[in-house]
Amino acid sequence: MQALYAQLLVGLINGSFYALLSLGLAVIFGMLNIINFAHGALYMMGAFCAYFLLNLLNIGYWPALILAPIIVGIFGMILERTMLQWLSGLDHLYGLLLTFGMALIIQGIFQNYFGSSGLPYAIPDELKGGMNLGFMFLPIYRGWVVVFSLIVCLATWYLIERTRLGANLRAATENPTLVRAFGINVPRMITLTYGLGVGLAALAGVLSAPINQVRPLMGADLIIVVFAVVVIGGMGSIMGSIITGFALGVIEGLTKYFYPEASNTVVFVLMVLVLLVKPTGLTGRAN
Amino acid sequence: MKNRIAALLLGTALTLAAGSLAFAQDKTVKIGSLSDQSGLYADLGGPGSTLAAQMAVEDSGLVAKGWKIDVISGDHQNKPDVGVAIAKQWFDVDKVDIIVDVPNSGVALAVNNVVKEKNGVYVNSGAATSDLTNAQCSPNTIHWTYDTYMLAHTTGQALVKAGGDTWFFLTADYAFGAALERDTTAVILANGGKVVGGVKHPLNTSDFSSFLLQAQSSKAKIIGLANAGGDTTNSIKQAAEFGIVKGGQKLAALLLFLTDVKAIGLETAQGLNFTETFYWDMNDDTRDFSKKFAARMKNGAPPTMVQAGVYSGVRHYLKALEALGGNPHDGLKVVDKMKSMPTDDPLFGKGEIQPNGRVLHSAYLFEVKKPSESKAPWDLYKLVGTVPGNQAFTPLDKSTCALLKK
Repeated sequence: MQALYAQLLVGLINGSFYALLSLGLAVIFGMLNIINFAHGALYMMGAFCAYFLLNLLNIGYWPALILAPIIVGIFGMILERTMLQWLSGLDHLYGLLLTFGMALIIQGIFQNYFGSSGLPYAIPDELKGGMNLGFMFLPIYRGWVVVFSLIVCLATWYLIERTRLGANLRAATENPTLVRAFGINVPRMITLTYGLGVGLAALAGVLSAPINQVRPLMGADLIIVVFAVVVIGGMGSIMGSIITGFALGVIEGLTKYFYPEASNTVVFVLMVLVLLVKPTGLTGRAN
Repeated sequence: MKNRIAALLLGTALTLAAGSLAFAQDKTVKIGSLSDQSGLYADLGGPGSTLAAQMAVEDSGLVAKGWKIDVISGDHQNKPDVGVAIAKQWFDVDKVDIIVDVPNSGVALAVNNVVKEKNGVYVNSGAATSDLTNAQCSPNTIHWTYDTYMLAHTTGQALVKAGGDTWFFLTADYAFGAALERDTTAVILANGGKVVGGVKHPLNTSDFSSFLLQAQSSKAKIIGLANAGGDTTNSIKQAAEFGIVKGGQKLAALLLFLTDVKAIGLETAQGLNFTETFYWDMNDDTRDFSKKFAARMKNGAPPTMVQAGVYSGVRHYLKALEALGGNPHDGLKVVDKMKSMPTDDPLFGKGEIQPNGRVLHSAYLFEVKKPSESKAPWDLYKLVGTVPGNQAFTPLDKSTCALLKK
């Protein structure tokens, strides 16, 4: 039974990465109607950004937590301005292919220079060590990841669903022409939204740098699972993707305990089941 | 009339001579370096192995003697079906003579069958499974560098003898992990230890915390890592995070490469014991080669033992071809010639090839340096022991290879 608690907690930790990443995807899909396949590559860039800040400029983890999402977010906005904006109004397939291509190029460039086995990034001193919870030894850093990502997720949800800015944004997706008539600069708002989604991915990258290796393919390995999370949660639903992210982390953790061989397929089995029963996803609405 | 007959005879003679010349002294060779070019094993093999093959060709001096030798590369993506498809195309369409490297035991065993069927030459340096020279041995295959039997009888044995008598395995769920766990288990049992449990994890897992918690609660003295590449680095890093080593359990990195140690970082990796058959900083020859190699690598990395094995294997292959006076394009003939010659090159020193295809050379027990002991970016190991080739690898009387029963 103790082992089970430990697995639940570990699942929650992985779930927080799924939640952060799928949240970014859901924001971008919900507001821009773009299926952002470059999300994994941008997550990877976040981790690399933290690595460079530390090793080239001697800027540590805490500033990186703010700087890396901003830097990568700006990079994302440049991508949106120069490429993605021309695809608005076209079929989803175009956005998917473009972002998928971008992901391959970005990953290829990093792989060319850094190889595939990755670079080490140490846990910040303040978060080193762990505490004994009785049923398990919890590394403090992992506890921090769960708490911090939960706060970020809820803040993002609040921003989009409960503030005036969020309301404008949602209105702009529904009917851009009408919102423009109110004097709101819709293209700028869309660029900023893409930047926000990308920033969330980069933030997840910085959070994961001390746990996983900073590797060019760290995002490629994760992105497929995250897409499954978004599909299960319901495309474009903010709260849906947060809850599904955490829940799937837990389910995956339990699978690792009961039947480890299936741990990297269980998410997809669930996706198939959910699609069969409720094609719009758990929280999605048919339109 | 007389002149015409003479001219005709001369022409015939010339044609015959040219024909037999082409037959006996075909000096074209095509080498295929088949590897994981972008996944978790790309740094230990991949583009570096292709470079190693290329450098072996350059150092052989054969090109200056009029030989035409090409090196091509392919990406098997760690998928046996992809590896088999490339190998078949290489033999059938591209007329490749020899396939080298091939990390990932699953792919390596599948390609083994193709090379035998097509009568090519197979010098495997990247794969670990000892099956390549035992149950699944082939007259066309030579296994360089290392194997699971060697890893079990060096690192594994040393740990059991040092008192690590209870083991829990974290095993990569495919041919390699299974072979390494099997060979290590045999050593543990033979030395009076026991295996208290284990988990099979999917290849290329990023989060090991669940598995590590299970290993922790098993209370085994040793946690055996029967995995490789990125899986091993993640296991070791996360074990440190969960306080496993501090809690008194010891990690057995049964297979660890130079690039893995670099990726983990000395801070976390220091003190780990493991076995390799090559390290760049062994002697002047290895340092000299590694310097040239690193200068041509995009990330400036010196060769891993797998890449060094590719170099050594290709050098020996080209020596055999030179001794044959040309390329007969006949795998069996070339492999027989290779087995009949002792191996000798700047990286591995002197060695021999057994009839089952196993190359014997010394294995070295290393310990990862402390950060304070490391003086250069790739100064990572210190040598703690040497095991001679005939003790490190499967003795012939224990090999189950069918070739030995003739």
